[in-house]
Amino acid sequence: MDTKVKQSQGKLKWVGTRQVRPDGVDKVTGRARFGADYSLPGMLVGKVLRSPHAHARIISIDKSKAEALDGVKAVVSGEDFPDIAKEEAFIGEGPINFRYMAHNMMARDKALYDGHAVAAVAATSEEIAQKALALIDVQYEVLPHVIDVRDAMKPDAPILHDDLFTEGVTPEPTRASNIAKQVEFGRGDPDAGFAKADVIVERDYSTQPVHQAYIEPHATLASVDEEGKCQVWASSQGHFMVRAYCAKLLGLDLANIKVTPTEIGGGFGGKTLVYIEPVALLLSRRCSRPVKIVMDREEVFRSTGPAPGSHSTVKIGATKDGKIVAGYAEMRLQAGAYPGSQIGPAGMTAFAPYEIEDVKAVGIDVVVNRPKVAAYRAPGAPLAEFPVESAIDELADKLGMDPIEFRLKNAVKEGTQSCYGPVFQKIGFIETLEAVKNHDHYQTKLGPNQGRGVASGFWFNIGGESTATVNVNEDGSVVLIVGSPDIGGSRASLALMCAETLGIDYKQVRPLIGDTDAIGYTFLTGGSRVTFATGLAAIEAAKNCIDDLRKRAAILWDIDVSNVEWRDGVAHPVDAYSDEHEPMTLKQLAAQSAKTGGPITGHIALNAEGAGPGFGSHVCDVEVDPETGRVEILRYTAVQDAGRAIHPSYVEGQIQGGVAQGIGWALNEEYIYNAEGRLDNPGFLDYRVPVCSDLPMIDTVIVEVENPNHPYGVRGVGEVPIVPPLAAVANAIEAATGKRLADLPMSPPKVLAAIDE
Amino acid sequence: MNYQSPETVDDAVAALSAAGAAGRVLAGGTDLLVQMRSGRRSPEHIVDVKNIPEMRSVTMTADGFRIGAAVAGAELGEQAQVIAEWPGVVEAFELIGSTQIQGRATLGGNLCNGSPAADSVPAMIAAGTIAVIAGPGGRREVPVEEIMTAPGQTSLGDGELVVEFMLPRRAPLSGDAYLRFIPRTEMDIAVVGAGVNLTVDSAGVCQSARVGLGAVAPTPLLVADAAAALVGSTLDDDALNKAAAAASAACNPINDKRGTVEYRVKVAGVLTRRAAKIAYDRARAHA
Repeated sequence: MDTKVKQSQGKLKWVGTRQVRPDGVDKVTGRARFGADYSLPGMLVGKVLRSPHAHARIISIDKSKAEALDGVKAVVSGEDFPDIAKEEAFIGEGPINFRYMAHNMMARDKALYDGHAVAAVAATSEEIAQKALALIDVQYEVLPHVIDVRDAMKPDAPILHDDLFTEGVTPEPTRASNIAKQVEFGRGDPDAGFAKADVIVERDYSTQPVHQAYIEPHATLASVDEEGKCQVWASSQGHFMVRAYCAKLLGLDLANIKVTPTEIGGGFGGKTLVYIEPVALLLSRRCSRPVKIVMDREEVFRSTGPAPGSHSTVKIGATKDGKIVAGYAEMRLQAGAYPGSQIGPAGMTAFAPYEIEDVKAVGIDVVVNRPKVAAYRAPGAPLAEFPVESAIDELADKLGMDPIEFRLKNAVKEGTQSCYGPVFQKIGFIETLEAVKNHDHYQTKLGPNQGRGVASGFWFNIGGESTATVNVNEDGSVVLIVGSPDIGGSRASLALMCAETLGIDYKQVRPLIGDTDAIGYTFLTGGSRVTFATGLAAIEAAKNCIDDLRKRAAILWDIDVSNVEWRDGVAHPVDAYSDEHEPMTLKQLAAQSAKTGGPITGHIALNAEGAGPGFGSHVCDVEVDPETGRVEILRYTAVQDAGRAIHPSYVEGQIQGGVAQGIGWALNEEYIYNAEGRLDNPGFLDYRVPVCSDLPMIDTVIVEVENPNHPYGVRGVGEVPIVPPLAAVANAIEAATGKRLADLPMSPPKVLAAIDE
Repeated sequence: MNYQSPETVDDAVAALSAAGAAGRVLAGGTDLLVQMRSGRRSPEHIVDVKNIPEMRSVTMTADGFRIGAAVAGAELGEQAQVIAEWPGVVEAFELIGSTQIQGRATLGGNLCNGSPAADSVPAMIAAGTIAVIAGPGGRREVPVEEIMTAPGQTSLGDGELVVEFMLPRRAPLSGDAYLRFIPRTEMDIAVVGAGVNLTVDSAGVCQSARVGLGAVAPTPLLVADAAAALVGSTLDDDALNKAAAAASAACNPINDKRGTVEYRVKVAGVLTRRAAKIAYDRARAHA
């Protein structure tokens, strides 16, 4: 049916306004229920035994003493889980191999890192569960371990997987190694490009693995009944993801699993996987009682995924007049214990903001004895763009050009073919650079020991599958049901778009996140997709609802539906009939719905395409203490193209949050392993994310270059802002001290050593 | 586990004596409870000293201050006269933890937990603070620098506990200061801490000084050489550099997750110099 919807002329009524979020009161009063807040009668406490060794063969696991302890209801280890064949899938933001995921969830023949799960118990109390863990007798043969990527690539390195042969190289290797895969992106001939360059910069860089550091540790409650029907409550970025992975890892029928999403206290990519959900399910199946597993912070650090660390070599060449003519990057990424770091996105994003004829980016995936990496906000991009944005700064300096002008001269725009392949549609990179250039921050004077750095960042953003239902209540209020967990204020933004489309008051829309049985398949919350893709679904569902509403009015007026127009939340008969009938509001139509065919609803299931790529440009001022190497962030301004900010406060929040995490990545966050390969800082005391007082108010500027593929112009905004800070801070430190720091984190000892050099 | 909450020092001593090596004093609990939850300590007998009035009060006489060992940071932070006379000690104490921690953390706990990085200890050492210890044999008075003997260990005997700390009234033309280095701005453990307390004459020449260092050796240090470098000077660059070098030379740190040997040695000198300047300015202002 052709939808006749007319927006009122001029300004949108709800989109772009700052409304109170529907879930706000529950969250500030503590009423909202997160993963650990769910309980069932007869529930048991599940706990996981973890390897104290970085690399060890598991010779035997004797569970008998633990099983004999009073109050212990089930004990499981690797042998109790089905064997899963290697099967690769590219899901969301990273490659998945289900065999590796299964073994990471519960070790089989080898423990591959300190913290690797080797067994689990379910008991009637926390104390008994803890005692039972101590009674599980695991015999290990401790093996040599390797923590650092460069060491892991050496020919004599301890080998983690005997069956791992490097993919993507010729000739095909005949020996197993820790190098899982090599990929390449680019075009042209970099050697020929460098031959044209007047100035070339080349340098080695490194970044450390960093944890997503969500406040809420992983938590799940699972219950399996006597028929084998499974229910799971989990804090995750996608309950359909939890359902699919649990089915896969336990060999269960998907239809027998129902997953209910809890509120989520942060994910940032780290909750796009399962760790404890299948374990709780198996324990529950063993004893037919509900089992709850809640990780503590130490478990989160020791066993869940950080972003990969990296060692890179980056080379960029430009002509005297400031045109980049060649780029080359080789990035060796630390995958953790199993293959699957984000070498693809790293290779694609490295040079993405710039138009370069001859360019190549190589990504190498390397396993080490650390927790398997997971997605983290623009996965792969910060570690790939940090070296490039540092090199761009160095190159601008050598050319005597302003770093913004240099970027402007090489920036991608609509019609440019990207370094990784596709031709860009309408994008707003140049607009972000212009905004920085014209911002007063960029003009202010600095004092002694102070420096200013700029850097830009790119992220693809994605679309994907989303389902939405709009149900009109009999009083004219509306329930919007979606399948996307709300991590960054999406209930508010979806309700705003729904209200805008229907032409009703925002407060009349109650957004709801349906469980896996209540709403159709929806891909997880990741890739900055929800406001775009699930937003599109909410809009389309609302439009279908409008079609239904028009039909109802047509019935009541006894005219053809083509003669009913929907305007500002009201059905109007078109001109020829306008004298015969009074317009009817949604509320009036809802009240009479029984007479016109029953409840009014609109539904849509779609696979959204055309996510608009996101760009940001940041400017950062630092002061460096020349005697201690301590870096203080004095001022920070982040400019980003949001396409259109549906709820500007939450766009600003996303930008500020990404910047804060990026600054932590730049300055102090790192894993410290001791000589035995054990993690020495598994807590927030010594894993130093920035605290409030470490950061100035992060100023944001939202640029709106509309995405042509979305009715309101939305682009994803959640990931771009973590990309530029690493280089923005490094470039500012260089400006303050004259020293180029290429190894993260730029912690005080490293900065001081560079100054004292 | 046995928990007791005596209301007098004598009862606390009796409880601790009965518990022997299995006993542990609970004051604010900001170290002990965390250690118990993480499994690092599992004491069988806990003697809670928060209900002993003598250990919870601050008194001032013409001779000096007596600060109960179980007085919380937030409580000392409301003692205007202590702040006016011993700003270095108070600011060191107030650097510990967060606002919430400050409501519980105590000077006695910070000292007796035995951490080389305890913030209040170098400041108390510089101030010449005396700890009053009660035990089965009665009471004794010991300089603070003699309490910690190794990481996690003290010179206290079985059944002994620190009851209070004694500080003199601030002499004219004297002042103190404490600085610590952490990578963040708060919620962190000192990588290096430096406390300086000194007296000048009317011409600004330093007459006496004490320098305390934390987190640079197995125990907090009293660094006589650094103090000696300041005495007789007007804290000119030469004297400050000598004091800094002496402070660095006194360090015997380890490489750990919070800092390297090289870094700690260097920053110990930097902080000693900076703290000395602040103490000097305060001394000259305190005519």
